[in-house]
Amino acid sequence: MKANALFTRSEMIGFAILACVIFLLLPAVLDTFRLNLFGKYLTYSFVAIGLALCWGAGGILSLGQGVFFGLGGYCMAMFLKLEASTPENTAIQSTPGIPDFMDWNQLTALPWWWEPFHSLGFAMFAVVAVPVVFAFIIGVAMFRRRVGGVYFAIITQAFAAILTILIIGQQGFTGGVNGITDLRTLLGWDIRTDEAKETLYYVNGILLFAVLFAAQFVRRSKLGRLLIAMRDQEDRVRFSGYDVASFKIFIFCLGAAFAGIGGAMFTLQVGFMSPTLVGIVPSIEMVIFCAVGGRMSILGAVYGALLVNWAKTTFSESFPELWLLGLGGLFIAVVMAFPNGLAGIWSEKVEPRLLKLIKKSPAQAASPAQQSTPAE
Amino acid sequence: MTDETSKKPNTGVSRRAMLAGGTALTASLFLPKQLKAADYPTSEVNTTGLAVTDDTVTIGILHSITGTMAISETGSVQAEKLAIEQINAQGGILGRKIEYIQEDGGSDWPTFAEKAKKLLVNDKVASVMGCWTSASRKAVLPVFEQYNGFLYYPTFYEGLEQSPNVIYTGQEATQQIIAGLDWVAKEKGAKSFYLLGSDYIWPRTSNKIARKHIENYLDGAKVVGEEYYPLGHTQFNSVINKIRLKKPDVIYAIVVGGSNVAFYKQLKAAGIDMTKESPIVLTISVTEDEIRGIGGENIEGAYACMKYFQSLTNDNNQEFVKSFKEMWGDDMVIGDVTQAAYLGPWLWKAAVEKAGSFDVDKVRAATPGIELTSAPEGYVKVHDNHHLWSKTRVGLAKADGQYDVVFETADLVEPDPFPEGYQ
Repeated sequence: MKANALFTRSEMIGFAILACVIFLLLPAVLDTFRLNLFGKYLTYSFVAIGLALCWGAGGILSLGQGVFFGLGGYCMAMFLKLEASTPENTAIQSTPGIPDFMDWNQLTALPWWWEPFHSLGFAMFAVVAVPVVFAFIIGVAMFRRRVGGVYFAIITQAFAAILTILIIGQQGFTGGVNGITDLRTLLGWDIRTDEAKETLYYVNGILLFAVLFAAQFVRRSKLGRLLIAMRDQEDRVRFSGYDVASFKIFIFCLGAAFAGIGGAMFTLQVGFMSPTLVGIVPSIEMVIFCAVGGRMSILGAVYGALLVNWAKTTFSESFPELWLLGLGGLFIAVVMAFPNGLAGIWSEKVEPRLLKLIKKSPAQAASPAQQSTPAE
Repeated sequence: MTDETSKKPNTGVSRRAMLAGGTALTASLFLPKQLKAADYPTSEVNTTGLAVTDDTVTIGILHSITGTMAISETGSVQAEKLAIEQINAQGGILGRKIEYIQEDGGSDWPTFAEKAKKLLVNDKVASVMGCWTSASRKAVLPVFEQYNGFLYYPTFYEGLEQSPNVIYTGQEATQQIIAGLDWVAKEKGAKSFYLLGSDYIWPRTSNKIARKHIENYLDGAKVVGEEYYPLGHTQFNSVINKIRLKKPDVIYAIVVGGSNVAFYKQLKAAGIDMTKESPIVLTISVTEDEIRGIGGENIEGAYACMKYFQSLTNDNNQEFVKSFKEMWGDDMVIGDVTQAAYLGPWLWKAAVEKAGSFDVDKVRAATPGIELTSAPEGYVKVHDNHHLWSKTRVGLAKADGQYDVVFETADLVEPDPFPEGYQ
């Protein structure tokens, strides 16, 4: 068992293929508009990777990942909004120099907690730190008390609902239902141009691979194996002397950090952030991306996010009145026929044949690593 | 069918003259001078690469047809399709038939932005009829400004916006609010007001304007309470109790969506009989569409203040209601926003023909001053600030779900999206 290597050979191939798809194939075949859309889809895959770790490996099903995605996105949006709200741009307001929605809500000064977001450095720190702090608080409160399974899922969902209500209710500070809109520049660089969209797409791709490597590292580490052990037999791990709660808190925080990065990239590429990305529905959608991709597989999570969102866009463009049915059909088909998602199709159907075809090694080498790990 | 559609309203000729024409052929003699595509070569009317061919021009329709907003936005989609069909039956615009690409915003603001971009960048549509909520408009606004699209936005809204790329065919807040408050103060002698709303930008801004107007311009009138509830809130018992204690002359309600159903039912259940007018209920958020959900018997006696009611008796409107029901079914009702959405394609047609071009910049330049005599609400005119001059009316809700128009401003009300003294 080559436990020390970061990748098995089949994972190496998977990473290489994904890199080709993201950095070569998609930019080559798509125009800027579609590429930007795929950039948006990829931001969801940050969340899906986090879920693959928490849920697929660790058995922690969170139905509130939209919270972390949203927090990351809002932190970035606050910085961009402040930059867009120069006194010249907002001369028409009663109080020039503050974001437009504050002015509509009769605020006359910037709230103190908005002030640090004048700094890009702080905003980038907050993109990761704020979701992690939230996740830590939730994690400590839940896992230390051994709340898990369905109860944990319900509580995370409640958090998604609470945060949405909070954001909508405090519209003078957050932009309310409208969200934070009309974001323009990043340190003077216009993020709305086609060139900027392309650049952001590549930045997004690079960050995605950084996150993928981090996730892969965790999975291949001792921690990764402990997670799987916890998922399958939590008590045995506890009785073996491990502090189960700390591991769970860690992985939950890591997933939150990934989601926060995804949210920030979403804001940059789409140009606004709103509470519709925080609530229960998007949070559950993110779980679906992960499930379609195959919840055990971090690469599958990326493909799942891409496939579902691509299908969503395509169906809704072709059949504006029926597309939800088509999308529902897709989920049912995938879950019924391929319970392990896209990753399952790959590892069970495609890869063995591929290997047989190139006749490099016997088929058993192709069996996915995670299936053999728990039995170790 | 051609005979039928040629009877529908148009800008130039009287309905009587058209009805006189027995066949499509003779009717067409009475139609305004048919513009022929050949007189307007595509290379000249479309210099910016929009989706214009020698026979067609493509526009976008962008509303929610799925999700929570679908119920509200469906009427707008129907009205826009009706207008497009009627324009095509008259020979289209500059001799070109209008084709449309419909996209679903899915009640989701990022999706609106995505679809707006798709329509402008990929489909190169010449204009877009779309959006309903302020949130969706705010989401697409940067897209329209970046790619120089042209949006016709139908909903009454909070104002505080004036984009070169949007024509606002609904009323902005001051148009809708001030005339109604003046009316209730003068006609009903109202002195105390209780302001109530759903918690988002439109009710809050509207109530801000209402409060300023009540306190500064209505003699001796005061606001005795102001409260907001989250979207979708359904428990109004506590506020109804407060209202009973304060005994205001007017409950000024800007509750939206599903909350309306709960609010009016609970008001009735609490023994407040709106037909007795103590207190008077005055709303700016309940059109005939919403009454379908609330139930006419639950809101009977309330007053609504907006620019259009289905029951308007002018010829334009009777023709419009008839065509709408022919196309979409007899059980349809038409609310304020549906009518405003119907104006979009007609205003665009008028502007394109005035400009002699589909180019957005030329259409924009031609738009201020465009008049529409055939509007169901009556005569409207586009202001330099991209909003419409229109009359404001007060309707009394009846048990059958329609409004009786009890008041209408003598003149068109000027749109003022950035009202001085109301900020």
